[in-house]
Amino acid sequence: MGARVITVTSGKGGVGKTTATANLAVALALLDKKVVCIDADIGLRNLDVVMGLENRIVYDLVDVVEGRCKLRQAMVKDKRVPDLYLLPAAQTRDKTAVSPQDMVALTNQLRPDYDYILIDSPAGIEWGFRNALAPADEVVVVTNPEVSAVRDADRIVGLIEAEERKIPVSLVINRVKAAMVQRGDMLSVSDVMDILSIRLLGVIPEDENILVSSNKGSPLTLNNQTVMAGEAFRNIARRLTGEKVPLLKLEQKGGLLKRLSRLFGSSDSTA
Amino acid sequence: MDDSITLKGIKQGLLVTFKPDIKWPDITARFMSLIDSQGSFFQGAHVTLAIGEREVRRHELANMQNLLLKRGVTVLAVISDSPTTQASARKLGLKTDLTTVEMEASPVDDEVVLKPPPIDPEERGTEGVLVRRTLRNGRTIHSEGHVVVMGDVNAGAVITAVGDVIVWGRLRGTVHAGVRGDEAAVVCALDLAPTQLRIAGHITISPEDRRRKPKPEKAFVRNGRIEAEAWE
Repeated sequence: MGARVITVTSGKGGVGKTTATANLAVALALLDKKVVCIDADIGLRNLDVVMGLENRIVYDLVDVVEGRCKLRQAMVKDKRVPDLYLLPAAQTRDKTAVSPQDMVALTNQLRPDYDYILIDSPAGIEWGFRNALAPADEVVVVTNPEVSAVRDADRIVGLIEAEERKIPVSLVINRVKAAMVQRGDMLSVSDVMDILSIRLLGVIPEDENILVSSNKGSPLTLNNQTVMAGEAFRNIARRLTGEKVPLLKLEQKGGLLKRLSRLFGSSDSTA
Repeated sequence: MDDSITLKGIKQGLLVTFKPDIKWPDITARFMSLIDSQGSFFQGAHVTLAIGEREVRRHELANMQNLLLKRGVTVLAVISDSPTTQASARKLGLKTDLTTVEMEASPVDDEVVLKPPPIDPEERGTEGVLVRRTLRNGRTIHSEGHVVVMGDVNAGAVITAVGDVIVWGRLRGTVHAGVRGDEAAVVCALDLAPTQLRIAGHITISPEDRRRKPKPEKAFVRNGRIEAEAWE
Protein backbone atom coordinates (compact mmCIF):
# COMPACT_ATOMS: atom_id res chain seq x y z
CA MET A 1 0.00 0.00 0.00
CA GLY A 2 2.44 2.63 1.20
CA ALA A 3 2.17 6.36 1.21
CA ARG A 4 -0.81 8.51 0.40
CA VAL A 5 0.04 11.21 -2.09
CA ILE A 6 -1.68 14.49 -1.28
CA THR A 7 -1.36 17.41 -3.68
CA VAL A 8 -1.85 20.90 -2.29
CA THR A 9 -3.04 23.32 -4.95
CA SER A 10 -5.11 26.49 -5.40
CA GLY A 11 -5.17 27.94 -8.90
CA LYS A 12 -4.55 31.44 -7.65
CA GLY A 13 -1.15 32.33 -6.27
CA GLY A 14 -0.44 33.69 -2.82
CA VAL A 15 -3.30 32.01 -0.99
CA GLY A 16 -1.00 29.94 1.22
CA LYS A 17 -0.30 26.66 -0.58
CA THR A 18 3.32 26.52 0.45
CA THR A 19 2.59 27.59 4.01
CA ALA A 20 -0.11 24.95 4.25
CA THR A 21 2.15 22.25 2.81
CA ALA A 22 4.97 23.06 5.22
CA ASN A 23 2.73 23.24 8.27
CA LEU A 24 0.81 20.08 7.42
CA ALA A 25 4.03 18.19 6.72
CA VAL A 26 5.48 19.16 10.09
CA ALA A 27 2.21 18.42 11.89
CA LEU A 28 1.97 14.98 10.28
CA ALA A 29 5.59 14.24 11.16
CA LEU A 30 4.86 15.22 14.76
CA LEU A 31 2.05 12.63 14.71
CA ASP A 32 4.86 10.09 14.09
CA LYS A 33 4.14 9.75 10.38
CA LYS A 34 6.88 9.39 7.81
CA VAL A 35 6.49 12.36 5.51
CA VAL A 36 8.09 13.65 2.31
CA CYS A 37 7.18 17.00 0.79
CA ILE A 38 7.88 17.59 -2.86
CA ASP A 39 8.13 21.10 -4.20
CA ALA A 40 6.64 20.91 -7.69
CA ASP A 41 7.06 24.62 -8.36
CA ILE A 42 10.10 24.31 -10.58
CA GLY A 43 11.79 27.61 -11.25
CA LEU A 44 10.04 29.37 -8.38
CA ARG A 45 10.76 27.20 -5.40
CA ASN A 46 9.73 28.37 -1.93
CA LEU A 47 8.95 25.36 0.16
CA ASP A 48 12.57 24.98 1.19
CA VAL A 49 12.63 28.59 2.42
CA VAL A 50 9.41 28.30 4.39
CA MET A 51 10.64 25.06 5.94
CA GLY A 52 14.05 26.58 6.67
CA LEU A 53 15.96 23.97 4.70
CA GLU A 54 17.24 26.13 1.85
CA ASN A 55 20.90 26.06 2.87
CA ARG A 56 21.04 22.28 2.95
CA ILE A 57 19.99 21.62 -0.63
CA VAL A 58 22.55 19.83 -2.78
CA TYR A 59 20.50 18.15 -5.49
CA ASP A 60 16.93 18.75 -6.61
CA LEU A 61 13.93 17.18 -8.32
CA VAL A 62 15.25 17.78 -11.83
CA ASP A 63 18.62 16.20 -10.92
CA VAL A 64 16.73 13.09 -9.85
CA VAL A 65 14.54 13.00 -12.96
CA GLU A 66 17.52 13.49 -15.25
CA GLY A 67 19.54 10.86 -13.43
CA ARG A 68 22.32 13.06 -12.04
CA CYS A 69 21.78 11.74 -8.53
CA LYS A 70 19.92 9.10 -6.60
CA LEU A 71 16.54 9.98 -5.10
CA ARG A 72 17.95 9.55 -1.57
CA GLN A 73 20.71 12.04 -2.25
CA ALA A 74 18.29 14.78 -3.22
CA MET A 75 16.11 14.41 -0.15
CA VAL A 76 16.83 16.89 2.61
CA LYS A 77 16.10 15.63 6.11
CA ASP A 78 14.46 18.01 8.54
CA LYS A 79 16.39 17.40 11.76
CA ARG A 80 13.84 19.09 14.01
CA VAL A 81 11.26 16.31 13.62
CA PRO A 82 11.56 12.50 13.49
CA ASP A 83 10.73 11.60 9.89
CA LEU A 84 10.36 14.56 7.57
CA TYR A 85 12.09 15.01 4.24
CA LEU A 86 12.00 17.63 1.52
CA LEU A 87 12.54 16.99 -2.16
CA PRO A 88 13.30 20.50 -3.40
CA ALA A 89 12.45 21.94 -6.79
CA ALA A 90 15.12 23.13 -9.20
CA GLN A 91 15.54 26.85 -9.22
CA THR A 92 17.40 27.24 -12.48
CA ARG A 93 15.21 25.19 -14.77
CA ASP A 94 11.71 25.60 -16.11
CA LYS A 95 8.83 23.29 -15.35
CA THR A 96 8.95 21.44 -18.67
CA ALA A 97 12.06 19.68 -17.33
CA VAL A 98 9.69 17.31 -15.50
CA SER A 99 6.72 15.42 -16.97
CA PRO A 100 3.61 14.04 -15.25
CA GLN A 101 4.98 10.53 -15.90
CA ASP A 102 8.19 11.48 -14.10
CA MET A 103 6.18 12.57 -11.09
CA VAL A 104 4.22 9.32 -11.03
CA ALA A 105 7.42 7.27 -11.28
CA LEU A 106 9.09 9.34 -8.58
CA THR A 107 6.24 9.03 -6.08
CA ASN A 108 5.91 5.31 -6.80
CA GLN A 109 9.55 4.95 -5.82
CA LEU A 110 8.86 6.78 -2.53
CA ARG A 111 5.53 5.19 -1.65
CA PRO A 112 6.76 2.01 0.07
CA ASP A 113 8.87 3.87 2.63
CA TYR A 114 6.57 6.68 3.74
CA ASP A 115 3.11 7.39 5.08
CA TYR A 116 2.46 10.71 3.39
CA ILE A 117 3.83 12.43 0.32
CA LEU A 118 2.75 16.06 0.13
CA ILE A 119 3.16 17.84 -3.18
CA ASP A 120 3.26 21.63 -3.22
CA SER A 121 1.74 22.59 -6.56
CA PRO A 122 2.64 25.78 -8.40
CA ALA A 123 -0.09 28.35 -9.04
CA GLY A 124 -1.90 28.15 -12.34
CA ILE A 125 -3.53 25.38 -14.32
CA GLU A 126 -0.79 24.51 -16.77
CA TRP A 127 2.17 22.19 -16.88
CA GLY A 128 3.22 22.50 -13.26
CA PHE A 129 -0.29 21.86 -12.02
CA ARG A 130 -0.53 18.81 -14.29
CA ASN A 131 2.75 17.53 -12.85
CA ALA A 132 1.51 17.96 -9.32
CA LEU A 133 -1.87 16.38 -10.05
CA ALA A 134 -0.66 13.31 -11.95
CA PRO A 135 0.45 11.23 -8.94
CA ALA A 136 -2.19 12.51 -6.48
CA ASP A 137 -4.38 10.13 -4.48
CA GLU A 138 -6.10 13.12 -3.03
CA VAL A 139 -6.11 16.88 -3.55
CA VAL A 140 -6.33 19.64 -0.99
CA VAL A 141 -7.44 22.94 -2.53
CA VAL A 142 -6.39 26.03 -0.57
CA THR A 143 -8.38 29.20 -0.99
CA ASN A 144 -8.99 32.54 0.71
CA PRO A 145 -12.36 34.05 1.54
CA GLU A 146 -12.04 36.37 -1.41
CA VAL A 147 -14.01 36.23 -4.66
CA SER A 148 -11.09 35.85 -7.07
CA ALA A 149 -9.46 33.09 -5.01
CA VAL A 150 -12.75 31.21 -4.79
CA ARG A 151 -13.26 31.55 -8.55
CA ASP A 152 -9.85 30.02 -9.19
CA ALA A 153 -10.49 27.26 -6.67
CA ASP A 154 -13.73 26.52 -8.52
CA ARG A 155 -11.82 26.27 -11.79
CA ILE A 156 -9.28 23.91 -10.26
CA VAL A 157 -11.98 21.71 -8.74
CA GLY A 158 -13.67 21.58 -12.14
CA LEU A 159 -10.41 20.48 -13.79
CA ILE A 160 -9.84 17.79 -11.18
CA GLU A 161 -13.41 16.55 -11.53
CA ALA A 162 -12.93 16.34 -15.29
CA GLU A 163 -10.05 13.88 -14.82
CA GLU A 164 -10.82 10.33 -15.82
CA ARG A 165 -9.85 8.87 -12.48
CA LYS A 166 -11.86 10.06 -9.51
CA ILE A 167 -9.61 12.02 -7.16
CA PRO A 168 -11.11 13.08 -3.81
CA VAL A 169 -10.90 16.84 -3.32
CA SER A 170 -11.20 18.76 -0.08
CA LEU A 171 -10.92 22.41 0.83
CA VAL A 172 -8.87 24.50 3.23
CA ILE A 173 -10.00 28.09 3.66
CA ASN A 174 -7.02 30.15 4.73
CA ARG A 175 -6.80 33.68 6.12
CA VAL A 176 -10.28 34.02 7.52
CA LYS A 177 -10.68 37.22 9.51
CA ALA A 178 -13.37 36.64 12.07
CA ALA A 179 -14.05 40.28 12.72
CA MET A 180 -14.46 41.13 9.03
CA VAL A 181 -16.81 38.21 8.46
CA GLN A 182 -18.85 39.33 11.42
CA ARG A 183 -19.21 42.77 9.91
CA GLY A 184 -20.23 41.18 6.60
CA ASP A 185 -17.14 42.55 4.86
CA MET A 186 -15.63 39.16 4.06
CA LEU A 187 -17.02 35.98 2.53
CA SER A 188 -17.92 33.58 5.30
CA VAL A 189 -17.03 29.89 5.33
CA SER A 190 -20.60 29.07 4.34
CA ASP A 191 -20.48 31.57 1.45
CA VAL A 192 -17.40 29.80 0.12
CA MET A 193 -18.87 26.33 0.68
CA ASP A 194 -22.03 27.46 -1.09
CA ILE A 195 -20.07 28.04 -4.26
CA LEU A 196 -17.56 25.21 -4.13
CA SER A 197 -19.66 22.52 -2.41
CA ILE A 198 -16.78 20.12 -1.69
CA ARG A 199 -15.60 18.58 1.57
CA LEU A 200 -14.32 21.19 4.04
CA LEU A 201 -11.05 20.00 5.56
CA GLY A 202 -10.34 23.02 7.70
CA VAL A 203 -10.40 26.75 8.27
CA ILE A 204 -7.28 28.74 9.14
CA PRO A 205 -7.69 32.14 10.75
CA GLU A 206 -5.61 35.07 9.53
CA ASP A 207 -2.61 35.26 11.80
CA GLU A 208 0.53 37.43 11.77
CA ASN A 209 2.45 34.56 13.31
CA ILE A 210 2.21 32.67 10.02
CA LEU A 211 4.16 35.35 8.20
CA VAL A 212 6.74 35.55 10.97
CA SER A 213 7.25 31.79 11.04
CA SER A 214 7.50 31.58 7.25
CA ASN A 215 10.17 34.24 7.23
CA LYS A 216 12.08 32.43 9.94
CA GLY A 217 11.80 29.11 8.13
CA SER A 218 10.16 27.53 11.12
CA PRO A 219 6.58 26.38 10.45
CA LEU A 220 4.08 27.29 13.16
CA THR A 221 3.18 23.69 13.81
CA LEU A 222 6.80 23.02 14.75
CA ASN A 223 6.64 24.95 17.97
CA ASN A 224 3.98 23.90 20.34
CA GLN A 225 2.79 27.46 20.52
CA THR A 226 -0.76 28.12 21.49
CA VAL A 227 -1.52 29.98 18.30
CA MET A 228 -4.89 29.55 16.63
CA ALA A 229 -3.50 29.08 13.13
CA GLY A 230 -1.06 26.44 14.33
CA GLU A 231 -3.85 24.66 16.12
CA ALA A 232 -5.99 24.77 12.98
CA PHE A 233 -3.18 23.22 10.90
CA ARG A 234 -2.63 20.51 13.51
CA ASN A 235 -6.36 19.72 13.38
CA ILE A 236 -6.22 19.40 9.61
CA ALA A 237 -3.27 17.03 9.87
CA ARG A 238 -5.23 14.88 12.33
CA ARG A 239 -8.21 14.89 9.96
CA LEU A 240 -5.91 13.73 7.15
CA THR A 241 -4.96 10.72 9.28
CA GLY A 242 -8.63 9.84 9.54
CA GLU A 243 -9.23 11.13 13.03
CA LYS A 244 -12.55 12.86 13.60
CA VAL A 245 -11.74 16.34 14.81
CA PRO A 246 -14.63 18.78 15.00
CA LEU A 247 -14.21 21.78 12.71
CA LEU A 248 -13.61 25.05 14.46
CA LYS A 249 -16.51 26.14 12.33
CA LEU A 250 -17.89 28.68 14.71
CA GLU A 251 -14.68 30.61 14.93
CA GLN A 252 -15.53 32.93 12.09
CA LYS A 253 -18.94 33.52 13.61
CA GLY A 254 -17.05 35.16 16.43
CA GLY A 255 -18.24 33.44 19.58
CA LEU A 256 -16.00 30.43 19.74
CA LEU A 257 -13.02 32.23 18.27
CA LYS A 258 -13.21 34.94 20.88
CA ARG A 259 -13.54 32.38 23.63
CA LEU A 260 -10.67 30.32 22.27
CA SER A 261 -8.56 33.39 21.71
CA ARG A 262 -9.03 34.42 25.29
CA LEU A 263 -8.25 30.89 26.33
CA PHE A 264 -5.02 30.90 24.37
CA GLY A 265 -4.22 34.50 25.08
CA SER A 266 -4.09 35.34 21.37
CA SER A 267 -4.65 38.87 20.23
CA ASP A 268 -6.38 37.67 17.07
CA SER A 269 -9.92 38.62 17.94
CA THR A 270 -9.02 42.24 18.37
CA ALA A 271 -7.31 42.40 14.97
CA MET B 1 -15.88 -17.34 -39.76
CA ASP B 2 -14.06 -18.68 -42.79
CA ASP B 3 -12.56 -16.42 -45.42
CA SER B 4 -14.74 -17.50 -48.33
CA ILE B 5 -17.01 -14.50 -47.78
CA THR B 6 -15.83 -11.00 -47.00
CA LEU B 7 -18.03 -8.07 -45.98
CA LYS B 8 -17.31 -4.40 -46.43
CA GLY B 9 -19.44 -1.42 -45.54
CA ILE B 10 -19.99 0.89 -48.51
CA LYS B 11 -22.21 3.88 -49.11
CA GLN B 12 -25.01 1.71 -50.45
CA GLY B 13 -24.91 -0.80 -47.63
CA LEU B 14 -22.77 -3.91 -47.63
CA LEU B 15 -20.45 -5.19 -50.31
CA VAL B 16 -20.24 -8.98 -50.19
CA THR B 17 -17.34 -10.61 -51.98
CA PHE B 18 -17.25 -14.34 -52.62
CA LYS B 19 -14.06 -16.31 -52.99
CA PRO B 20 -13.97 -17.74 -56.56
CA ASP B 21 -12.86 -21.31 -55.82
CA ILE B 22 -15.94 -22.43 -53.90
CA LYS B 23 -18.97 -23.91 -55.62
CA TRP B 24 -22.10 -21.74 -55.83
CA PRO B 25 -24.43 -23.99 -53.76
CA ASP B 26 -21.74 -24.18 -51.14
CA ILE B 27 -21.16 -20.43 -51.09
CA THR B 28 -24.92 -19.84 -50.87
CA ALA B 29 -25.18 -22.11 -47.86
CA ARG B 30 -22.19 -20.48 -46.15
CA PHE B 31 -23.58 -17.00 -46.73
CA MET B 32 -26.96 -17.97 -45.25
CA SER B 33 -25.44 -19.57 -42.18
CA LEU B 34 -23.29 -16.47 -41.74
CA ILE B 35 -26.40 -14.28 -41.79
CA ASP B 36 -28.25 -16.60 -39.44
CA SER B 37 -25.37 -16.61 -36.99
CA GLN B 38 -25.37 -12.79 -36.75
CA GLY B 39 -28.88 -12.43 -35.34
CA SER B 40 -30.60 -9.27 -36.51
CA PHE B 41 -27.45 -7.59 -37.86
CA PHE B 42 -28.44 -8.19 -41.51
CA GLN B 43 -32.12 -7.40 -41.00
CA GLY B 44 -33.08 -4.70 -43.53
CA ALA B 45 -29.60 -4.61 -45.06
CA HIS B 46 -28.91 -3.75 -48.69
CA VAL B 47 -26.17 -5.83 -50.22
CA THR B 48 -24.18 -5.66 -53.40
CA LEU B 49 -22.75 -8.99 -54.47
CA ALA B 50 -19.27 -9.04 -55.96
CA ILE B 51 -19.09 -12.30 -57.86
CA GLY B 52 -15.97 -11.83 -59.97
CA GLU B 53 -15.50 -14.04 -63.04
CA ARG B 54 -17.74 -16.80 -61.83
CA GLU B 55 -20.59 -17.78 -64.13
CA VAL B 56 -23.84 -17.77 -62.24
CA ARG B 57 -27.07 -18.76 -63.92
CA ARG B 58 -30.30 -17.00 -63.44
CA HIS B 59 -31.96 -19.67 -61.30
CA GLU B 60 -28.87 -19.88 -59.10
CA LEU B 61 -28.87 -16.17 -58.50
CA ALA B 62 -32.63 -16.11 -58.02
CA ASN B 63 -32.30 -18.82 -55.42
CA MET B 64 -29.84 -16.74 -53.41
CA GLN B 65 -31.98 -13.64 -53.82
CA ASN B 66 -34.99 -15.49 -52.43
CA LEU B 67 -33.08 -16.91 -49.50
CA LEU B 68 -31.79 -13.41 -48.72
CA LEU B 69 -35.24 -11.89 -49.02
CA LYS B 70 -36.53 -14.39 -46.45
CA ARG B 71 -33.89 -13.03 -44.08
CA GLY B 72 -34.89 -9.42 -44.72
CA VAL B 73 -31.88 -8.73 -46.94
CA THR B 74 -32.31 -6.88 -50.26
CA VAL B 75 -29.93 -7.39 -53.18
CA LEU B 76 -29.19 -4.04 -54.84
CA ALA B 77 -26.68 -5.00 -57.48
CA VAL B 78 -24.42 -7.73 -58.78
CA ILE B 79 -20.91 -6.89 -59.83
CA SER B 80 -19.36 -9.43 -62.17
CA ASP B 81 -16.94 -9.69 -65.05
CA SER B 82 -18.84 -12.61 -66.55
CA PRO B 83 -21.40 -11.72 -69.27
CA THR B 84 -23.49 -14.73 -68.23
CA THR B 85 -23.74 -13.55 -64.65
CA GLN B 86 -24.43 -9.98 -65.71
CA ALA B 87 -27.25 -11.22 -67.92
CA SER B 88 -28.66 -13.30 -65.07
CA ALA B 89 -28.65 -10.27 -62.83
CA ARG B 90 -30.34 -8.06 -65.40
CA LYS B 91 -33.05 -10.64 -65.97
CA LEU B 92 -33.78 -10.47 -62.25
CA GLY B 93 -33.99 -6.67 -62.42
CA LEU B 94 -30.72 -6.16 -60.55
CA LYS B 95 -28.15 -3.53 -61.40
CA THR B 96 -24.77 -4.68 -62.60
CA ASP B 97 -22.81 -1.54 -62.03
CA LEU B 98 -22.03 -0.05 -58.66
CA THR B 99 -21.68 3.49 -60.02
CA THR B 100 -25.32 3.58 -61.12
CA VAL B 101 -26.28 2.56 -57.61
CA GLU B 102 -23.97 5.17 -56.19
CA MET B 103 -25.34 7.93 -58.41
CA GLU B 104 -28.85 7.23 -57.31
CA ALA B 105 -28.09 6.69 -53.68
CA SER B 106 -25.78 9.57 -52.96
CA PRO B 107 -28.19 12.54 -53.17
CA VAL B 108 -30.37 10.90 -50.53
CA ASP B 109 -27.36 10.18 -48.31
CA ASP B 110 -25.96 13.66 -48.58
CA GLU B 111 -29.25 15.20 -47.64
CA VAL B 112 -29.38 13.15 -44.47
CA VAL B 113 -25.75 13.85 -43.58
CA LEU B 114 -25.41 17.53 -44.38
CA LYS B 115 -28.74 19.13 -43.60
CA PRO B 116 -29.72 19.11 -39.94
CA PRO B 117 -33.35 18.18 -39.55
CA PRO B 118 -35.50 21.34 -39.53
CA ILE B 119 -36.52 22.41 -36.06
CA ASP B 120 -40.23 21.80 -35.95
CA PRO B 121 -41.75 23.88 -33.13
CA GLU B 122 -43.66 20.88 -31.87
CA GLU B 123 -40.54 18.77 -31.79
CA ARG B 124 -38.19 21.22 -30.09
CA GLY B 125 -38.46 19.60 -26.70
CA THR B 126 -36.83 16.45 -27.94
CA GLU B 127 -33.34 17.76 -28.64
CA GLY B 128 -30.87 18.90 -26.07
CA VAL B 129 -28.07 18.24 -23.66
CA LEU B 130 -28.53 17.11 -20.09
CA VAL B 131 -25.71 17.87 -17.66
CA ARG B 132 -26.06 16.08 -14.35
CA ARG B 133 -23.43 17.90 -12.34
CA THR B 134 -22.30 21.36 -11.35
CA LEU B 135 -20.71 23.39 -14.12
CA ARG B 136 -17.68 25.09 -12.58
CA ASN B 137 -15.67 28.12 -13.62
CA GLY B 138 -14.19 27.67 -17.09
CA ARG B 139 -16.56 24.92 -18.23
CA THR B 140 -18.61 25.53 -21.37
CA ILE B 141 -21.66 23.78 -22.78
CA HIS B 142 -23.21 24.31 -26.18
CA SER B 143 -26.25 22.66 -27.69
CA GLU B 144 -28.00 23.01 -31.01
CA GLY B 145 -31.13 22.30 -28.97
CA HIS B 146 -31.83 22.95 -25.31
CA VAL B 147 -29.54 22.69 -22.29
CA VAL B 148 -30.69 21.25 -18.99
CA VAL B 149 -28.34 21.33 -16.01
CA MET B 150 -29.06 19.39 -12.84
CA GLY B 151 -26.67 21.25 -10.57
CA ASP B 152 -25.27 24.74 -10.19
CA VAL B 153 -23.77 26.85 -12.95
CA ASN B 154 -20.96 28.73 -11.24
CA ALA B 155 -19.57 32.11 -12.20
CA GLY B 156 -17.15 31.70 -15.09
CA ALA B 157 -19.09 28.85 -16.71
CA VAL B 158 -20.71 29.54 -20.08
CA ILE B 159 -23.82 27.96 -21.59
CA THR B 160 -25.02 28.59 -25.14
CA ALA B 161 -28.10 26.99 -26.63
CA VAL B 162 -30.11 27.36 -29.80
CA GLY B 163 -33.17 26.63 -27.67
CA ASP B 164 -33.90 27.08 -23.96
CA VAL B 165 -31.68 26.77 -20.90
CA ILE B 166 -33.03 25.19 -17.73
CA VAL B 167 -30.91 25.04 -14.57
CA TRP B 168 -32.11 22.96 -11.67
CA GLY B 169 -29.80 24.76 -9.32
CA ARG B 170 -28.14 28.14 -8.97
CA LEU B 171 -27.34 29.97 -12.18
CA ARG B 172 -24.41 32.34 -11.65
CA GLY B 173 -22.45 31.96 -14.89
CA THR B 174 -23.03 33.43 -18.34
CA VAL B 175 -25.92 32.04 -20.34
CA HIS B 176 -27.12 32.64 -23.89
CA ALA B 177 -30.41 31.07 -24.99
CA GLY B 178 -31.67 31.30 -28.57
CA VAL B 179 -28.16 31.93 -29.94
CA ARG B 180 -29.46 31.64 -33.52
CA GLY B 181 -31.95 34.43 -32.89
CA ASP B 182 -34.93 32.65 -31.38
CA GLU B 183 -36.64 35.35 -29.31
CA ALA B 184 -39.06 32.81 -27.86
CA ALA B 185 -36.21 31.05 -26.02
CA VAL B 186 -36.32 31.15 -22.21
CA VAL B 187 -33.87 30.73 -19.34
CA CYS B 188 -35.11 29.16 -16.12
CA ALA B 189 -33.27 28.51 -12.86
CA LEU B 190 -34.04 27.73 -9.24
CA ASP B 191 -31.92 30.77 -8.41
CA LEU B 192 -31.54 33.07 -11.39
CA ALA B 193 -28.47 35.24 -10.73
CA PRO B 194 -26.34 35.01 -13.89
CA THR B 195 -23.27 37.12 -14.48
CA GLN B 196 -24.81 37.95 -17.84
CA LEU B 197 -27.97 36.70 -19.48
CA ARG B 198 -28.60 36.80 -23.23
CA ILE B 199 -31.62 35.73 -25.23
CA ALA B 200 -31.29 35.97 -29.02
CA GLY B 201 -29.93 39.48 -29.59
CA HIS B 202 -30.83 40.86 -26.14
CA ILE B 203 -28.50 41.14 -23.20
CA THR B 204 -28.91 41.92 -19.52
CA ILE B 205 -27.22 41.57 -16.15
CA SER B 206 -28.65 40.52 -12.81
CA PRO B 207 -29.93 43.27 -10.50
CA GLU B 208 -27.64 44.12 -7.58
CA ASP B 209 -29.41 42.92 -4.46
CA ARG B 210 -27.17 40.54 -2.63
CA ARG B 211 -29.49 39.75 0.24
CA ARG B 212 -32.43 38.65 -1.88
CA LYS B 213 -34.06 35.33 -1.26
CA PRO B 214 -33.35 32.76 -3.98
CA LYS B 215 -36.47 31.78 -5.87
CA PRO B 216 -37.18 29.97 -9.15
CA GLU B 217 -37.39 32.45 -11.99
CA LYS B 218 -37.88 32.41 -15.72
CA ALA B 219 -36.35 34.97 -18.07
CA PHE B 220 -37.77 35.72 -21.51
CA VAL B 221 -38.06 38.50 -24.06
CA ARG B 222 -41.04 40.80 -23.78
CA ASN B 223 -41.45 44.08 -25.68
CA GLY B 224 -37.89 43.92 -26.91
CA ARG B 225 -36.22 43.44 -23.53
CA ILE B 226 -35.40 40.62 -21.16
CA GLU B 227 -37.67 40.24 -18.17
CA ALA B 228 -37.77 37.73 -15.34
CA GLU B 229 -40.73 36.51 -13.41
CA ALA B 230 -41.53 33.73 -10.97
CA TRP B 231 -41.16 30.29 -12.52
CA GLU B 232 -44.21 28.30 -11.72
